[in-house]
Amino acid sequence: MIEVLYFAWVRERIGLPRESIETGAATVADLVAELRGREARYAAAFADTAALRVALDQELADFSAPLAGVREVAFFPPMTGG
Amino acid sequence: MAATAAVRVRVQAAPFDYGAECGGFVPASGASGAVVSFLGIVRGAAGRLARMEIEHYPGMTEKAIAAIAGEAARRWSLDAVLVIHRHGALVPGEPIMMVATAAPHRAAAFEAAEFLMDYLKSRAPFWKKEIGPDGAEWVAAAERDEAALGRW
Repeated sequence: MIEVLYFAWVRERIGLPRESIETGAATVADLVAELRGREARYAAAFADTAALRVALDQELADFSAPLAGVREVAFFPPMTGG
Repeated sequence: MAATAAVRVRVQAAPFDYGAECGGFVPASGASGAVVSFLGIVRGAAGRLARMEIEHYPGMTEKAIAAIAGEAARRWSLDAVLVIHRHGALVPGEPIMMVATAAPHRAAAFEAAEFLMDYLKSRAPFWKKEIGPDGAEWVAAAERDEAALGRW
């Protein structure tokens, strides 16, 4: 099981702040492909991954990064702090 | 020196008192020759912004800011760093965040403060939503903010 978190408009499009997912995805990109195939709201949220950022166990990562050993994946738009 | 820089990070919904924070930071900086501070305030063109809502990623936010502050302390000779960033609902005119740096010399204090601001803008997990008379909209990241990282 992996915890998947969504923030900002990704959270709004999917309609959930977080969920536990049983997945065999090897990489973030594989997980995204799996989520896209679920329902229209996921397909909408993940339509353009260039507009998204991902963090693995709270560290920024690439979509090509492996998921082995990862407990928490977060998807969100580019950050707008400061 | 870098290895002993006192780094304090606070992520909070509550307002903070910029004057009191600066006042408390100066003595804490010990023998520093220079203190630089920056206060970010919610901008609001009259009537266009009712409030701003700031979402963040609890846990990652604190870690990311601590990592950015730690990187500043590695690059410059700093005595102390303070970062405060708010989340939740804010109205125009309210303080949103502040950074303060203390260093033996002013160049390091100024540069480190700018470095912290540039990185907090696009590497700390905050997202701003603007709520106005015409509805709500997530603030898009500015290309210039990403480009600003290139100078470091």
